[in-house]
This record gives sequence, structure tokens and C-alpha cells, in this order.
Amino acid sequence: MKTLIAALALSTALIAPGLAAARPVTLTVNMADYGGRGAYLAVYVTDASGAYAGSLWMAGGKSKYYKHLTDWSRFTGGDVAEVDGITGASVGAGRTLEVSMDLADALFDAGYTLHVDAAAEDMRDSPNEVALPLTAAGAGQPAPGRRYIADVTYGF
Amino acid sequence: MLRHLHRWPGLLAAALVLALSLSGAALSLFPAIERLAAPPELRGQTVADLAARVLQTHPGLEQIRRSPSGRITAYWFDADQAGAAEVDPATGQDIASADQGAIQRWLTDFHRSLLLDDTGRYVTATGALAMLVLALSGAVLVARRQGGWRKWAAPIRGPRAGRWHAELARVAVFGLGLSAATALWMVASTFDLLPVDEANPAFPQTVSGVTGLSPAEMAALQAVPVSDLRDLTFPYAQDAADVFTLTTGSGTGYVDQGTGTLLVWQVPGHWTAAGEWIYLLHTGDGAALWGLALGLAALTVPVLAVTGGLVWWRNRRSRPRLAGMVAASAAETVLLVGSEGGSTWGFADALARALQTHGQKVHLAPLSSFAPRTYARAERLVVFTATWGDGDAPASARGALERIADAAPRRGVPMVVLGFGDRSFPGFCAFAEAVAAAAQTAGWVMPLDLDLIDRQSPQGFARWSRAFGDLIGLPLDIVCQPAAPRSTELRLVSRRDYGKAVQAPMAILRFALPRVSLWQRLAGRGLGTFRAGDLLGIVPEGSNVPRLYSLASGKADGFVEIVVRRHTGGLCSGQLLALQPGDTVRGFVQLNPGFHPVRSKAPLILIGAGTGIGPLAGFLRANGGLRPMYLWFGARHPQADFLFADDLAAWQGNGRLTALHTAFSRTGARHHVQDALRQDAEAIRSLMARGAQVMVCGGREMAQGVREALDDILAPAGLSPALLKAGGRYAEDVY
Repeated sequence: MKTLIAALALSTALIAPGLAAARPVTLTVNMADYGGRGAYLAVYVTDASGAYAGSLWMAGGKSKYYKHLTDWSRFTGGDVAEVDGITGASVGAGRTLEVSMDLADALFDAGYTLHVDAAAEDMRDSPNEVALPLTAAGAGQPAPGRRYIADVTYGF
Repeated sequence: MLRHLHRWPGLLAAALVLALSLSGAALSLFPAIERLAAPPELRGQTVADLAARVLQTHPGLEQIRRSPSGRITAYWFDADQAGAAEVDPATGQDIASADQGAIQRWLTDFHRSLLLDDTGRYVTATGALAMLVLALSGAVLVARRQGGWRKWAAPIRGPRAGRWHAELARVAVFGLGLSAATALWMVASTFDLLPVDEANPAFPQTVSGVTGLSPAEMAALQAVPVSDLRDLTFPYAQDAADVFTLTTGSGTGYVDQGTGTLLVWQVPGHWTAAGEWIYLLHTGDGAALWGLALGLAALTVPVLAVTGGLVWWRNRRSRPRLAGMVAASAAETVLLVGSEGGSTWGFADALARALQTHGQKVHLAPLSSFAPRTYARAERLVVFTATWGDGDAPASARGALERIADAAPRRGVPMVVLGFGDRSFPGFCAFAEAVAAAAQTAGWVMPLDLDLIDRQSPQGFARWSRAFGDLIGLPLDIVCQPAAPRSTELRLVSRRDYGKAVQAPMAILRFALPRVSLWQRLAGRGLGTFRAGDLLGIVPEGSNVPRLYSLASGKADGFVEIVVRRHTGGLCSGQLLALQPGDTVRGFVQLNPGFHPVRSKAPLILIGAGTGIGPLAGFLRANGGLRPMYLWFGARHPQADFLFADDLAAWQGNGRLTALHTAFSRTGARHHVQDALRQDAEAIRSLMARGAQVMVCGGREMAQGVREALDDILAPAGLSPALLKAGGRYAEDVY
């Protein structure tokens, strides 16, 4: 269980004054049995216009491989500072990643989308493995992944 | 110091380095397998053509990758399900699964991290570092052993374990060193310790916004041959602002999906280019044959580990611990030893014990610890030293020459130097001579001339001990048979007598090969393996000191044969010549690797006189491959001591012996063998021009005469026995 104040890591646009109200959110990523080495995952948010808003988590410690998280890498230019302090180990096949964070209320039901990019060594890059609108109603509803991820759930 | 540097990483990291090298050897097969399994490349096929074909099979195509070995993999999304497969570039159809096999993945993970992720990577990096230190220090040791870098490829001599170690190492060290160095680079890169300068072009500001052009029509893709492709990533469906991302051997760029033109292009930096070469050199991915060669080099590591361990263990065991030894400052006799293999310590130990029985206080120490100021009570200094390579200091005498030159001699304390070596080496006792010269220059009193002991000769050492005893007023006569050999009973089966008519009785004695059970063989009993040119030690009754005779047969011949001449008053030769078939003696084999024919198809020139023909006859008998062999043989009279006359005629008949030249000293021209050589000078020069090897066996004077004759004969060709010896083409067995 990893607990952090994700709001701090999100770009300053998301923590505008007056939006201080936040709630604890738990993100659960169940990996599929894809039969390979531990996968790198980038968890990030885009706004209603599809522009990059900020990163929530980076699973995988070696920045030289971040370019294989293609979308995240294109949005951020591969800037490691985007995931400074919110980086953990890569996630093995069949394992579960669970991250707890405090997310601003303003992120929900405002057109924001949660994305996960995935990649594993000697296997395909899978950008936008999961794209999941952030809504209060969507909490607890698992969304399936395409290649590496079985499903992703966020809950309050 | 260098030896420590070679020894400790070797012993400590042996298991780790073994695990890495064996898994590496197994991994080296995969690039070759992949290369063989990959469908043939289409000559001149462009990326545009390939993309169009694969797109027909997989409309949801997202990415095409080409591995260094030529394998092409496609990735796609169909109905939101990810798919991947290896495809045939000719048809665009799937032919195999895209995923790496479980075995290869396991081996790779084991090889680079022992399945322990980053912790394991640090451990394997340590293993690679140990390997690099071993390779570098080992290369310097091989060069030193050979007498210089230029003699790297010259034949290696010495006892079996050490020779095998050096033989294998001097070939494999390049592959092993390179594997280790590239591994360290790759670890450094994995841990982000190296600068990153991959091509990462900025996304283009503006694109055409048009979609729907077939990749087959795109100029930028038509310009790139498939053989140069690394990766082609397609734009997202329904995203008109997206582009094709193209990576080739020379860089990365974006291609407009509406116009098919190249929008941006960036070339990677030098670190990335170097990293790709390093990756290829380490894995053989894209260079299958190179990979297999590296794998073979890695396979030598288990053998190197075992032989290296044996060398270390033997050296360690042969270093004696002297009971009753006193401190250097209290000793009357300070005995300093320069030893490589450890055998010289055995002689030093024997002298120390003999002196102790006469009430002397003895201090025994390595020659490298030479420090005359501390020898406060010393009445004499004795130095025993062997030689390493062409005249370098042996292990326990490192730095001794400098210490001798720098330290002031002790007034009134004489120094005696005794050299140990093997006359078949070019630098016989060269280091002992250097020590004696340095001591002389430094001003030491040296009452005895430098004496040299050939091949641990017990007789030679006993003689020296008597002279040394006379000098110090003690009755010394030390019998020292280092590492007392286990002898085996040998039964005479036949004898052929010669030489009575010329007052030189001699005989070819043939003993039965003793029967040895498997257990005895495993336990190292029995004669062991031997070849003609090795030595048979015979322990005569009434003496502990064995006499050595050159073997005229190998184990493969099924018998043990020597040629013995009776010496007046000779204890051992008298007993041997008195043997009748059925009688027995005790003997053992001492290997003599310096006197074996080098494996080659080049001619072999054999020169021998008297009983010296023994091993040469053995080489001829073993000449199954019908290598051209030429024998020059000197004796006294064709009717009296023409040893092996019938055999030589038979071998000439069946091609084992190409030509026989004889010289008889009591008949006709009264020639010696060196006279015969001079007569055949032209023939010898032409044989040498064909790369012939020369092997000489006989008495010391005869060998000297042969050397002088060959000096004259070969001078016009710019050759000499000394040069040939340095190149491993001239071997002597002299007694």
C-alpha cells in the first residue's frame, strides 16, 4: 500500500486555490498473465480537451525505459521530474498494484480521464492501455486493459 | 602482486563467474537459432512495401519492429484486443509467436541478475568485474610466462594443469575480457550511469491533417530498405494530428500520414551508437557467428577454473612449514627461496633440516623478503632460486633484484647462490644468474661459484650439498627427491643387446605395461599416461635417488621401453643391464612436456647419438599421421651399436620415417652426427624453409656440436638454434 499526496504531484493547474477539498482515492491495477517480465506502468490524467494534466504514479525505476510508455513520454517529453517522488517498482504478470492518494474533488465529473500506459521488455509497447473517465459514479467499476492489464479500479 | 590479483578474484568469484559464463554460453546459441529460423530477407524491399503487406493482414496495425537478426514482428489492435506475431516480410502473414520463449527469458534473467532484479545486477556486475580483472592480470601473466608479448603464440611448456590453463586462456582471454568489459558498460547503462543521447526528436508543430494515404505511397517509407529498419509506429486511428514514427539504423523521425513526407529527423548521439555496438558485441544479437565464438570462449571458464584451482592448490601444498625455525635475527644460516611451482621449497627444506641436525639455527623465507640488516647473527646467506619464463623472478622472489642492489651487504657474511631450472628452456637459470650478478655488484662475498640444478636433479643437488658442506665445515650429503614419486613394479619382457664389440654395452629394455585397475587409475596409482620423450625414473636398489631415462614408447604402444648404456661404476645402469626377461624393477613416469613433437604437419628433424635415439625412435613409431620425419643418427659402428636398425628399416618401408642419415665414428669416414648434418646442409635448409621442427637427444657434448653445426648451416637462412628455440621449433633432451 503506497500512500501519498498525489495532489502535490499533479501539475499546479490541478491544485488551484479554493480547490483544496480532496478525498482519499485507492487505485487498484490487476495485471494479466501476459507471460513476460515486470511491466512499466505510467498512470496520468488528461483534461476535457485531451491535454496532459499530470502524473499520478510511475511503476518502474529506470528512466531510460520511459520512452516505451509512448503516450506519457510524448505528453511529458519524457521529463523525469513529472514523476519525481511518485515512482515505484515495475509490476509483474498476475500481480496487483495498489496506490492510495488524495485527489482533488475538482478532478471528478469534470471531463478528466485517467490513463495507464504499459510496456514490458522484449514485448510490445501498449500506450493508453486503459482510459477511464474520472466520475464519482465510476468509482468501484473495473475497467479492462488491452494487453498487460486485466482491469483497473479506483475507489473512495 | 599480479599473481594475487589473478588468484583472489579467481578463487572467490569462481562460482559466480562459472554461473555467468555457462548461462552466457547457452544464451549465445539464441541469435544463431533466430538467424536460422528467420525467413529470408527480400532483396531491396522497402519499409513502405512491408508496411502495406502487413497492413493487409492486420488492419489495426500499430507497430512493426525488426530485430538485429532480421526477425520482423508486428503489433496490432483488433476490436480492442492486443495482438502480436512474427511476420513473413514476403507475405505479411503471421508465422510465429512474437513472445520470447520461457527458457530464453529465464536464462537472460539469470545471466544478468541471477533472477534477483537490481540486487542481482550488482552481484553479476561484481562477477563481470572479477572476470575483467582475471582476464587482464591473466594476459599479463601469460605474456610474462612466455617471455614477452611477442611470444604470445609460441608453444607453451610446463606441467599439465598450468599448461592447459595457459593454452586455453591465451585464446579465450580476448572473448572473456570483452564479454566482461561490455557487461560492465551495459550495467552502467542500465543504472543510468552513462550519458543518454538517444534520438528523441521534438513532435512537429504542424502536420498536414490529412489521413488515408497508404503506407505504400509514402516517399519517406519508400526511401528506407527493410534491412535498415528498427521500428515503425503507426499513428492512432482517427487522430489526424498524429504521425508515423520511423526509427532506422541511423536515426529517428516523424512521417506525415497525409503526405508521406519526412517532417523531422534526428540522429542519435555517440553514446547511443557506442551502446548499440557494445550490445552487439556482448550478445551476438545480429552477429550470430560472433555470438557463437563468444559462447565458446565462455565454455573454457569451467576448465580454467579447475586447472587454475589445481595450480593454486599444488603451489600451496608444496610450500613447506619448517619445524624448529628461528627468527631471521637469530639464525646462523638464512635460507632465502625464489620458487614458482614450489619444488624449490622442497630442496630448501631438505637443506634446512640437514643443517638443523648439525645444530644450526636456520631461518627459511621467500627471497622477496631479502633484508640483510635484520640478519644480525647470520654467518651465511643461502639463496635457492628458480626462474620464471625467460629470466623473470619467480613468485616468491618478486622485487628481490632491486632489494639486493639497494641493501648494503653484511660484512663478513658470505652469500651462496644455487639456481634451479630446466635446461630445455631458453632462459635456463637466467634469474639465478641475475641474482648472483646483482649480489656480486652489490659487494657480497661469494665463496662458491654459482651452481645450477637441472630438472630437480637429486644427484646434482647432492653434489652441491657436499661442496657447500666443505665450505662451512659440516659433512653434508643431502638426498632430496622432491615430492617422492610413487613407483610401480615393472617386469622386463625383452632385451636387445648392442655395443659389446665397441666396449659400450647397451640394451633396449622393454617392460610390460603394468595392469592397473580402474580404482588404482582414479587414485593416481600406476604409471599414468606417458608419451615417447617423457622420462622413466628408476629407483635402483641401494639408493633412494632415482635415475631418469628417456622413454622410447608411449602408453599407446602397450609397453614401456628405454635404452640404457652401462656406465662404469654406474649403480642403476649396472642393475638394469643385469635384468633378464621376467625380472622386475620399480619405476615411475616423470612428464617431460618440453620434449614432445609439436602437433603439426611440418617436417620433423630428429637428431640423436647413441642411446639418445630412444625417444626419437618412439616418435617415429607413433608417427601414424605419416608426418615427414627425418632422422640423423650417430653411432660407433654399424655392426655394433646401430640401435633400432631393423625397426628403422621397417619404418622407412611403411612411411613413418622419410629418410635416414647415419654417421659412424669407428668406420669409414669416422663421422659424428654433426658431420653428417654439415654434409646434408642444403637438405636441412630446405626442410627448415618448410617450417620443420628440430628435436635433439643425446649427450651434452653431442648437443653442443649439433648446435654449432646448425648455427653454421642455418646462418645463410638467417636462422639459428637459439632463434628456433625461442619460437618453439628447437627442443633438446640432453644428459
